[in-house]
Amino acid sequence: MTYIAKPKVHHPSLKKNAIGLTRRDYEGAITTLCAGCGHDSITAAIIQAFWELSVPPHTVAKLSGIGCSSKTPAYFLREAHGFNSVHGRMPAIATGAGAANGGLMMIGVSGDGDSLSIGLGQLSHAMRRNVNMLYVLENNGVYGLTKGQFSASADPGSTSKKGEVNTMEAIDSVLLALTLGATFVARSFSGDKGQLVPLLKAGLAHKGFAFIDVISPCVTFNDHEGSTKSYAYTREHQVEVVQADFVPIREEITSEQDAGTVKSVMLHDGSWVRLHKVADNYDATDRDRAYAYIRERQKANEVLTGLLYISSDSRDMVEQNEMVDAPVYNLPFEQLCPGNAELQKLQARFR
Amino acid sequence: MSQVNDFAFKIGTVNGTGSASANGLIMQAIFRMGVPVTGKNVFPSNIQGLPTWYEIRVSKDGYTARTPHFDLMVALNPATYAKDVAEVRSGGWLLYDSTWPLDEKLKRPDVTYLGVPLAEMCNATFKGVRERILMKNIAYAGALAALLGMDTEVIKGLTKEKFSRKQALLDSNEKAISLGFDYAKAHFDCPLPIRLEMMDATKDSILIDGNTAAGLGALYAGATVGAWYPITPSTSLMEAFKGFCQKYRRDEATKKNRFAIIQAEDELAAIGMVIGASWAGARAFTPTSGPGISLMNEFVGLAYYAEVPAVIFDVQRAGPSTGMPTRTQQCDLLLCAYASHGDTRHICLYPSDPREAFELAVKAFDLAERFQTPVFVLSDLDIGMNDWMVPTLTWDDGYRPDRGKVLSAAELDQVKNFYRYLDVDGDGIPQRTLPGVHPKGAYFTRGSGHNKFGGYTEDADEYQEVLDRIARKVQNAAKAVPAPFVRKAAAPTRMGLITVGGCHAACMEAIDQMTKEGIALDYLRVRGFPFGDEVHDFVANHDVTFVVEQNRDAQLRSLLMLETGVGVAKLESVRYYAGFPMSAHHVVSGVKAKLERAA
Repeated sequence: MTYIAKPKVHHPSLKKNAIGLTRRDYEGAITTLCAGCGHDSITAAIIQAFWELSVPPHTVAKLSGIGCSSKTPAYFLREAHGFNSVHGRMPAIATGAGAANGGLMMIGVSGDGDSLSIGLGQLSHAMRRNVNMLYVLENNGVYGLTKGQFSASADPGSTSKKGEVNTMEAIDSVLLALTLGATFVARSFSGDKGQLVPLLKAGLAHKGFAFIDVISPCVTFNDHEGSTKSYAYTREHQVEVVQADFVPIREEITSEQDAGTVKSVMLHDGSWVRLHKVADNYDATDRDRAYAYIRERQKANEVLTGLLYISSDSRDMVEQNEMVDAPVYNLPFEQLCPGNAELQKLQARFR
Repeated sequence: MSQVNDFAFKIGTVNGTGSASANGLIMQAIFRMGVPVTGKNVFPSNIQGLPTWYEIRVSKDGYTARTPHFDLMVALNPATYAKDVAEVRSGGWLLYDSTWPLDEKLKRPDVTYLGVPLAEMCNATFKGVRERILMKNIAYAGALAALLGMDTEVIKGLTKEKFSRKQALLDSNEKAISLGFDYAKAHFDCPLPIRLEMMDATKDSILIDGNTAAGLGALYAGATVGAWYPITPSTSLMEAFKGFCQKYRRDEATKKNRFAIIQAEDELAAIGMVIGASWAGARAFTPTSGPGISLMNEFVGLAYYAEVPAVIFDVQRAGPSTGMPTRTQQCDLLLCAYASHGDTRHICLYPSDPREAFELAVKAFDLAERFQTPVFVLSDLDIGMNDWMVPTLTWDDGYRPDRGKVLSAAELDQVKNFYRYLDVDGDGIPQRTLPGVHPKGAYFTRGSGHNKFGGYTEDADEYQEVLDRIARKVQNAAKAVPAPFVRKAAAPTRMGLITVGGCHAACMEAIDQMTKEGIALDYLRVRGFPFGDEVHDFVANHDVTFVVEQNRDAQLRSLLMLETGVGVAKLESVRYYAGFPMSAHHVVSGVKAKLERAA
């Protein structure tokens, strides 16, 4: 709920970014999620990422579907337009908004119910279209707002709070994203802000669909023993394979200190992502090998995190549709309507 | 008795064999002779091998409704011979392919049989299998040209235009036309008593289908985002829009597009994209048909409650469920008027022919943006996919889109605070801002309970205040939707007839017929919903009103009862809903049956 306004008074000594804004300027309403919810940590990381990137908040559109995670856009960037759409259908809203105004910076926040059950189709097709947006899937393996049903990301053998055992296979969102041709695929953990913030920044700078699955424990319904999405389980089984640094535009990469273990990928706007290989034999620019490695480590119950895959030749929806550079929503009418003389001419074919 | 420029004929073939181009050629030739003509394509939901028919009505008086009475049948599909023979009026003609003998059992003594060895002639003249099949169609067009007295120069001119860049095809087509033409001339008494003569009644008209016209309307209205999922009979609307955009919306220097057309994964996504694009400030639309509307219901409710413009073309087809996808009906009137869960009510526009499809397409965008709400344009398969003769389209170059109360960055600079759902000037329409424009414009769009300031609420009064304002806003649209078409009877009468959309042509013709028989009816065709005062007054001021429509459940009558409060006793329902377009015959017999019962 967003009716609890957060005071906007700033301490004068708060640090300012390149456009003179403090972190407080990137905040939203006070959260109404449960105390300790992983989603709130992600919100904090999102605020940090936007602040560090010095993005004017009003140039952003924040979108969501329905569910606990989908409430969170109210908690950051109060000066950005928000759209809390219908369950599982935020990708369609984002697709339309992106087509109308290619200049909008879009962040979508969704959950595992919203994205992997009711919205699986729309998520898949937004990835295929390479809609230019950052899509954060706050993954807790459970339906929180309806009080504890399994979601499609619940692992087989994991148990609900009431002790029920999940017998079905889980839909793994990052494997899905790799299969569907997503151009930026990452996984992180709400409890690892150091890893998450650079990923969010790189995702925002990426031209195309940047997908970040963030394990985000539900403290109320899925943080017990038997859950594979709890704080304890994730801390124990998380393995970072690629650590990503985000290097903004104009900051040149001067030296490749760790030759052989660091790889740099330039993003569309001229900024860079530096990939530090943590695990041997992992190449975050090789889709097939990334997929195989993640599958293999899953069998050993490892939750691989980091920037798992990035494509260096991403063409987003606007480019694929060969649209003009100016956003089409406010093109002058004269550029859109051919006029009466042309109408009379074109009707020759109907005679 | 000869029937000059006043007859109907029907051509039965197998779909996927190329008969469409022959039928188009015949239609266009008649049109170019200056004779009013309409064509109805009766086709299967199939690509190849099933029966298909094309009905052509020639009417010097300009009547465009379908007629179920055929003077001539071109029966080229043995699978439907029996049915086709039965449909010829007594004293009529039947043209068949005499390469094979016709079953004696199919012979009717009151019909004249015209055998033309189409296959034999084409097999002797053309080489490839495909060409032989295709040219058989052109050959029957040639035979019809002779039988109906078509102007040969017009046909030659048309073929030349069509194949100006394909000499080989031009040669084949000309040859095939001659085959049929010469055979008919040599063997039959040409022309038949049903025949054509040059007129001058089409020079200010065009032959166009409603989907093409609506696509053109979307282009002229300045729509920049189209999202869709292919569904018969709406598919050609987006294809037309795409074609026009490729011609008129490409930047000359960069060759880049001033539009986006997104083929969605389903109708749920298509309407979502339209809402997203409209929210971001574009004129956006989606064409669909009944099943698509069913899927869009959830999102339509969001657009209604969160007050986001959206334009939805519903090219209606016969339901329920998959129904008959290639047959026409007006079965979504109630569905669209109150689409989605919760209390909703939507602006609907009802074109009656392709010209109105063009005009109301433009109107739809203006209304959607002015009232910040979904607008449905309900045409149907008959309007959307068949070629109608309508007056040439015109455009007012002074037109500027009504973008509604969208605050610019400069305006936002001036305001102290912006509140999204506040009724600032009493017309029920709040102010709107677009994302990315100004920090003061930010608000949260949501389908959950909200107060007039745009904040989340579960407060009873705050919730109801917004809901009531939206009701007022949509009701106010009754004054903004196009006024109904009204034609008073020559003499005062206590009886009226109301209809909607594509029934117009049939009703006009039926009223003319009944007037001659002494039955006088005032006529009103609704063009927009919510209904304006004219509609309320019309039903109130007549003792009885016949409500003519194409659905089983008398949906227009239900709408009239719900919205005007008039009792069922004053509204007599006349319906035809078997899938073909309404004809005057249905209207006349329906009205007369009611009158006889009342007498």
